[in-house]
Amino acid sequence: MPRVNITTAHGEQLALEVPVGMSLMQAAVTAGVSGIVGECGGSAMCATCHVYVDEIFAARLPAVSAVESEMLTCTVAERLANSRLSCQIKMTADLDGLAVLLPDQQQ
Amino acid sequence: MTITPPTDLPVLEIDPFSLEFLADPYPDHERLREAGAVVWLSKYEIYATARHEQVRAVLNDHATYISSAGVGLANFNKETPFRPKSLILEADPPAHTKARAILARILSPKVVIQIREDFSKVADDLLDALADRAASGHTVDGIKEIAEPYPLKVFPDAVGLDAEGRENLLLYGDMIFNAFGPRNELFLNAAQRVKPVTSWIMDHCHRAMLRPGGFGDLIFQAADAGEITQDEAPMLVRSFLSAGIDTTVNALGNAVLCLAQHPDEFAKLRANPALARPAFEEALRFESAVQTFFRTASRNADLAGIAIPEGSKVLTFLAGANRDPRQWPEPARFNIERKPTGHMAFGSGIHGCVGQVVARLEGELILTGLAKRFKSMEIAAAPSRRLNNSLRALASLPLRLTVA
Repeated sequence: MPRVNITTAHGEQLALEVPVGMSLMQAAVTAGVSGIVGECGGSAMCATCHVYVDEIFAARLPAVSAVESEMLTCTVAERLANSRLSCQIKMTADLDGLAVLLPDQQQ
Repeated sequence: MTITPPTDLPVLEIDPFSLEFLADPYPDHERLREAGAVVWLSKYEIYATARHEQVRAVLNDHATYISSAGVGLANFNKETPFRPKSLILEADPPAHTKARAILARILSPKVVIQIREDFSKVADDLLDALADRAASGHTVDGIKEIAEPYPLKVFPDAVGLDAEGRENLLLYGDMIFNAFGPRNELFLNAAQRVKPVTSWIMDHCHRAMLRPGGFGDLIFQAADAGEITQDEAPMLVRSFLSAGIDTTVNALGNAVLCLAQHPDEFAKLRANPALARPAFEEALRFESAVQTFFRTASRNADLAGIAIPEGSKVLTFLAGANRDPRQWPEPARFNIERKPTGHMAFGSGIHGCVGQVVARLEGELILTGLAKRFKSMEIAAAPSRRLNNSLRALASLPLRLTVA
């Protein structure tokens, strides 16, 4: 199963196994990762599953859709060039080893 | 003409729009879930699913399971819609995308931060008055004194409507949500009740009736900018009026009912009012305000191994999915610490409720306010239900509130 390496805002390291096809948000919430809220359940409606994606992997992700981009303007923590909503990151084998940093706040 | 159900498909005679079903849907939800991932409801000759995995799958495959043929029982490809089709609810991409983008912008988390102060003040004033009444020994009605007046004040204020005539929105919402079911007594009575106020509703979708800068006016500004036509703008305002009130009224009413029925959970909330948001979320899962929606198969499809022919109506039980033991441990237990991310109460996918951030704000403020003011909230007399083809609604909820 592909693995995602999460660094929390406090520098804690977590390794998460994410089934192919599942979103990173869903996997993180199921595993109880507290730095990802995912309040809307994955409809790109709440901007509470914000992550910063390691640049090596950024290019392997599908482009940010108009809806996701609009929602990324609503994040509590600053939006950076590598900001994504983790509900829009669907796991693929190609993303094994994906590294993301969590923002200090989601709500 | 009777359609023969596909072989190997569990056939159920359950009528999900009967008064008996609607009064207590949970035992039948269980029967539906346990009969199969997909079942055939012989009374209406439709496919249905009450399991979380399949409800989610249908709602997230908007190309196969379309909305433009109606999200109720009626198939708009075969019969004329009872009203002009909604530009957002009863639409598919690309037309849907355009409308959705506008509403998502108007109701975004950023906007919700701006309206928070106003919504908070109204909640405080309303609950202060309620505490005064409770302190003088009165029983209060959780529906008429909390769940209805609060959304009827804050949301139309934000849309930019006048104060006069707002109760018409309750009649309108009640009719719209009944209309997703069959043409039964519930629908016919609701349609009769709304008749005298239909012109009021349609008039209030026009720019002249909407305060500049309010949510309604922002739709017209989007039309000015060429995102939609001027004729489409009132139609989108109509979506605010139909979907923004009866939904939150019942979500709040159900949340208050859940907390009144579960004193231990209310005690947890009192000890930690920061649980207000997850408590509202859990109430949405446990007693979902919107119970069902339909989709229509745009092509031959396969759902959990069942062939769904093109043109079929598929009924999704959102509330059934929200108590599916395959998804939720102890699904029949109301637990405000659960954090039920992924519940279906707001739908899911591109048609997921576009106003859900506003709904959550209302829920958080009311539940926080109740927890701060009252040390107990007890049911004073049996609540009465307002049966609706697709809503879980209460007519009254007598409460005995003890001021902290």
